[in-house]
Amino acid sequence: MALFRKARYSTLNPTDKREDQPSKKKEIPHGLWEKCPQCSETIYAKQKEENLNLCPRCSYHYPMTAWNRIKLLTDEGSFLEFDADMESVDKLQFEGVAPYLSKLEENKKKTGLKDAVVYGTASLDERKYVLAVMDFRFLGASMGCVVGEKVTRAAELALKEKLPFVIATASGGARMYEGMLSLMQMAKTSGALERLDEAGLPYIVIMTHPTTAGVTASFASLGDLILAEPGAMIAFAGPRVIKDTTQAKLPEGFQTAEFLLKKGLIDKIIGRKNLRNELSLCLEYVTSSCKVHSAERGKAQAK
Amino acid sequence: MAEFVLEFEKPIVELESKIRELQNLSDSSNMNVDEELSVLTKKVEETKKAIYDSLTAWQRVQLARHPSRPYSLDYINLIFKDFLEFHGDRRYAEDPAIVAGFAKLDNQPVMIIGTQKGRNTKENVFRNFGCPHPEGYRKALRLMKLADKSCVPVVCLIDTPGAFPGIASEERHIGEAIAVNLREMFSLSVPVLAVVIGEGGSGGALGIGIGNRILVMENAYYSVITPEGCAAILWKDRAYSAKAAESLKLTGKDLMELGIVDEIVKEPLGGAHKNYEEAAALLKKAIKKNIDSLKKMSGEELKDQRYKKYRSITYIKES
Ligand SMILES: [Zn+2]
Repeated sequence: MALFRKARYSTLNPTDKREDQPSKKKEIPHGLWEKCPQCSETIYAKQKEENLNLCPRCSYHYPMTAWNRIKLLTDEGSFLEFDADMESVDKLQFEGVAPYLSKLEENKKKTGLKDAVVYGTASLDERKYVLAVMDFRFLGASMGCVVGEKVTRAAELALKEKLPFVIATASGGARMYEGMLSLMQMAKTSGALERLDEAGLPYIVIMTHPTTAGVTASFASLGDLILAEPGAMIAFAGPRVIKDTTQAKLPEGFQTAEFLLKKGLIDKIIGRKNLRNELSLCLEYVTSSCKVHSAERGKAQAK
Repeated sequence: MAEFVLEFEKPIVELESKIRELQNLSDSSNMNVDEELSVLTKKVEETKKAIYDSLTAWQRVQLARHPSRPYSLDYINLIFKDFLEFHGDRRYAEDPAIVAGFAKLDNQPVMIIGTQKGRNTKENVFRNFGCPHPEGYRKALRLMKLADKSCVPVVCLIDTPGAFPGIASEERHIGEAIAVNLREMFSLSVPVLAVVIGEGGSGGALGIGIGNRILVMENAYYSVITPEGCAAILWKDRAYSAKAAESLKLTGKDLMELGIVDEIVKEPLGGAHKNYEEAAALLKKAIKKNIDSLKKMSGEELKDQRYKKYRSITYIKES
């Protein structure tokens, strides 16, 4: 039976080194130059940052910070953040190797965020919508009560304002320090999305690297449209868990956005350079419905 | 099958075997051992009480996984009548890791959805150790929707280490299958009762677990991750599993304090595997009581109460 006693909702460690992970800093002095994990080219970090965090040579998609993602997907100055002061608490008084509260402090300092989700209202090409963005740097964007509550409130805000809801996901899974409270956030967020669905309001998911475990098994997989960035790892169980459990050889490209496009989960893979325009087009199509506030209203509010 | 004995059950088993020896001796030799027997019998009861009154979280996890523990079909046979099992997800396959169908609780029709483990290797291959593939969740939802149409309450019996982590599972979108169940179970207008009867393994358990009430049996557990998995990640060492079990707050009592679980269903002394009939009788009483009270609510009230139940599970700080 030891076969099945493996982690399923753990924080996954992507095998490749990406930006904003502490290990990078040790390997590259001064953070000026780094080696692209896809094409192995040594690239100038600044050049990559000025290029939407894409490798200038092969367009490898490095993760993006929440605020850069927001900038990419909204009209300038239109984003209005909600619940910016919401923070996690150590309800379980989790006895682990390092105290949860000190982990939280460390991650707040590292990212400048209070937790792993930022949400609010914004407009894109003058169309108003609710946007939530996850930031993998903050404890692997694991889902605790704050992540669950912010996603739920974002869905409820969309419902109240009759707006489309867009979320850019990234997550290593459950926040273990919050135990079952973490699992219950899967239920809570899905319940809020049921109400949004019932009201006929559109919900668009943009899966970014990596989207896994409890987030995959809840709000990330419930989009009316599921878009994904190239190369993003998208999974329920991690590859190591699957290998350990089944002893199977994993297929080429297993659990990538491209693999899941072929397997029918993903509607469309969109490179970051086109993401703004294509999301705008998606919003244009889905807001032509009578249930969503019209483009005119978005325009009026943007002015 | 030889009796499977957990480490902490050993003192009890030893005393019980002494009692049997004495009885045999008295039977074969006409010796009067009544006094010794009564001393030993009393000692067994005291030892049992001492052990089971102070079980650690880790010991409960072991009891929840006890290979002799009653499984879904055992309870279905002992509690319900006229069980009419249905198969298949109408998409890809039948998944024997989940059993589902109509049954009667006395005269009350219900829809039962239960994860099912196997009792031996052959059964476990068939039942996949109670670890469902996407098809299991899709079959469950299909039949829950039938229950909704039929105005019949849903009873979910949960006993799974988790959804199956495998290639086929991922290729057919196990995450999406669970997610859709979570969302759709909120739309059901009939009473939904979720009972963790053994292992409540993370998303795999939650995938059939959105209830108006959540019950947990006394020696069951419900956790976001297995203690072993948690120990391997946080401590980098599985030897810390007992510690992880404690930290994760996965027992019925802990989960009631957190406001997640509504009720703990008592088990016979020593665990449900010691007396199937008694365990089933206790579970039946709890299911009946909850269904009867939920039946008084309208469809809208049930949906609303279910949403609010999960909506309120939020421990955060806002300045
Ligand atoms: Zn490159």
